[in-house]
Amino acid sequence: MQDALSKISPLPSRRTLMTGALAGGFVLAFRLPLKAANEPEQPADDTAGKFAPNAFIRIDHSGKTTLVMPQVEMGQGVYTAIPMILADELDADFAAVTLEHAPPNDKLYGNPTFGIQVTGNSNSIRSFWKPLRVAGASARAMLVAAAAGQWQVDPASCSASNGKVTHSASGRVLAYGDLVDAAGSVPVPQNPPLKDPKNFNLIGKPLKRLDTPNKTDGKVVYGIDAMLPGMKFATLLQCPVFGGKVAHVDDSAAKAVPGVRQIVVLDDLVAVVGDHTWAAKKGLDALIITWNEGTYANLSSADIWNDLRAASKKDGVVAKSVGDIAKGFAQGERIDGEYELPFLAHATMEPLNCTVHVTPGACEVWTGTQVMTRCQSYAAQAAGLPIDKVTVHNHLLGGGFGRRLEADMVATAVRIAMHVDGPVKVMWFREEDIRHDVYRPVYRDTISAVLSNGRIAAWKYRITGSGVIARWLPAAFQNGIDIDAVDSAVDIPYDIPNLQVEYVRAEPPAVPTGFWRGVGPNNNVFAIECFIDELARKAGKDPVEFRRGMLDNNPRLKAALDLVAEKSGWGQPLPARTGRGVSVQPSFGSFIATVVEAEVDDKGEVYLRRVTSAVDTGIAVNPDTIVAQLQGGLIFGLTAALYGEVTIAKGRVQQSNFNDYRMLRIDQTPPIEVHVIDSGADPGGIGETGVTAGPPALRNAIYAATGVALRRLPIDRRALAVKA
Amino acid sequence: MVASTMVALTINGESKTVDAPPDMPLLWVLRDLLGMTGTKFGCGIAQCGACTVHLDGKAVRSCLLPVGAIGDRAITTIEGVGSTASGAKVQKAWLDLEVIQCGYCQSGQIMSAAALLQDTPHPGDADIDAAMAGNICRCGTYVRIREAIKRAADGQA
Repeated sequence: MQDALSKISPLPSRRTLMTGALAGGFVLAFRLPLKAANEPEQPADDTAGKFAPNAFIRIDHSGKTTLVMPQVEMGQGVYTAIPMILADELDADFAAVTLEHAPPNDKLYGNPTFGIQVTGNSNSIRSFWKPLRVAGASARAMLVAAAAGQWQVDPASCSASNGKVTHSASGRVLAYGDLVDAAGSVPVPQNPPLKDPKNFNLIGKPLKRLDTPNKTDGKVVYGIDAMLPGMKFATLLQCPVFGGKVAHVDDSAAKAVPGVRQIVVLDDLVAVVGDHTWAAKKGLDALIITWNEGTYANLSSADIWNDLRAASKKDGVVAKSVGDIAKGFAQGERIDGEYELPFLAHATMEPLNCTVHVTPGACEVWTGTQVMTRCQSYAAQAAGLPIDKVTVHNHLLGGGFGRRLEADMVATAVRIAMHVDGPVKVMWFREEDIRHDVYRPVYRDTISAVLSNGRIAAWKYRITGSGVIARWLPAAFQNGIDIDAVDSAVDIPYDIPNLQVEYVRAEPPAVPTGFWRGVGPNNNVFAIECFIDELARKAGKDPVEFRRGMLDNNPRLKAALDLVAEKSGWGQPLPARTGRGVSVQPSFGSFIATVVEAEVDDKGEVYLRRVTSAVDTGIAVNPDTIVAQLQGGLIFGLTAALYGEVTIAKGRVQQSNFNDYRMLRIDQTPPIEVHVIDSGADPGGIGETGVTAGPPALRNAIYAATGVALRRLPIDRRALAVKA
Repeated sequence: MVASTMVALTINGESKTVDAPPDMPLLWVLRDLLGMTGTKFGCGIAQCGACTVHLDGKAVRSCLLPVGAIGDRAITTIEGVGSTASGAKVQKAWLDLEVIQCGYCQSGQIMSAAALLQDTPHPGDADIDAAMAGNICRCGTYVRIREAIKRAADGQA
């Protein structure tokens, strides 16, 4: 087990047999009818002499069991949870499994939700739960059938466990490795029986992660650690103004820097190639570049907000309608709220990087990505090569958070590498990583509601912001509704008789926007849960009680709310200017209630004292990972609430590094308790849930502590200071 | 720009000689010249701690440490810290409590924690805050880092 990951092969092989599992019908939040595009030629396979019943499992004569990971590991624990699911249904010897990164292949490894290879939207386990169980179970059924055939007994009289088939009546045992040849000729069962969950022997147990041992001793290899013989090191500067171009480069001083080998000037960027990163960086700093700053040279955050606020006054496309909204609004006084969220950078700890070797007629790429096949197609397009001439080597990711759902960095690195003889590692320094991100969009949400008898009688909610799906997966953008932008708004958990949700697509000028951990629910859970607290106050009700009264149709969320109220000490007295805030969310198929306790000092500085979450995520495949993801997600979200904002001046991002784009650190991190509720439901998503849960709970804690109803993030300390 | 010179270093108990300009930060010497990629680049301005190594047992940020300024001080990196008593205990506690998520910052976290325990075998919360606040973790593993340092300290006589 310890070395499961050290055995990850850098060049996985082709699976010749395709499981029927991916075609199976199972419940998903949404499912896209996409076909795999540009299916590449595969490298030679190594299934010869092995039992390879489907794309995920390969067993050789020694019994060595290789599991191919369709989803990428970026810290969320999926390289443990996926093997657990496969191995449980396969009844493999879990201590002996070896993991392999999947190669780019949408047909074999496409995420069932998206139709392409994507690790995102907290859906690895949700999407692959059934197909992986079927893959494991069908392989097990074939191995059992092979053994039964050899023994000439009924397969039903045999059992499998720990990599062996046993016929208990006769005491005979065959190891999986001994059944490889015979099992290969058994037809693949299309609907193998799946285990009754009470018979799971791995799923539901807090198992040690398979990827972590090599992360303690420096052996782990991320994309940025790719080292190739004769490799050069490059770094780059893109026009600081979005959309700007290179006008002139004086490279005389840069060329004189020892170790600088080459200066690559492209339309929109300049890269320096050196014998090592330090030479490349010194060379870059020595360049005198004149930019043609272009259309957006005077763009500012104020312009962007003016545009967004104007757009939010228009009617949107109706994404959801319940009851009679006009009738609802006739029942009482209208209460309004507006909420705004800023641009955010991802700031993955591993900065953007991509190593490329372009040779005549071929291109090889080493990187860490959430979108394998997209990297391949972007590289092919940039290099002007057919897709089958591009090889992509995936790695573990030093954080993804949505940034690595884009492949722009691959295209950029290939464009540079085409001018370099031999392999080159292109690395973005942190400043470049922050200034040329694909940012979490700015959003503005307007809400109007009417209260009647202490409950919400009418609710009109309008989201204004980027359509990230519209750009990223156009086929899924239908009827003007961005399914990401309205996520957690159209499925608001409360029982509201008259409701309307609208979406106004408004793209900011010049600033590229994309997915950021928590995606659409980040925006909607924040606005909804903040406004709910304001309504509770209007109704004269306790925030937990107010919510509870509208959750009768959502028993899993109600149970989470009850549990978190109990565990957080809700209602117990607190010191002055200290408060508790609550938030609930049904996002990503998990039901989570969170209480943040925070203190606000007289200057308006905010201190986190304690965070408590209760989660019903269905079957918790690896319960310790569920806890870890919530702890980390809460910190990620609270970081944004406390500090996160990317601003624009003169067409440029003003932030650059961790000195001005701040992160929560250990000395500001409070105790975080996570309570996992036992559940037999299919697994929900977890990676992004804490991110969306933290900010509204913190804001509501501040509201309780100070009476100030903040409506923007990050938190404005000036608004919280005690007035002299 | 200073021309390259041969620099002698002691890294994880081994003597190494590299051809590097004296102003080149140790980080790039380790990663690019010696292929020791366990030490990570995060910010380049000593704000994140991903590049932390030990010089004579003290935690330093290698992204700003000119290789020419090291002299004969002993360098310990993540690849070698397991040979030290505190490093081995920290690594074990990190796995026992499953601290790690993406892991990219964890080389630096482990180096900072090992240096802390070497100096302060039984750190309190304030000691942990002081020693570890320079190390950013974007996955948010701080709660477990704190617990694991205490676990590692309990394991120390």
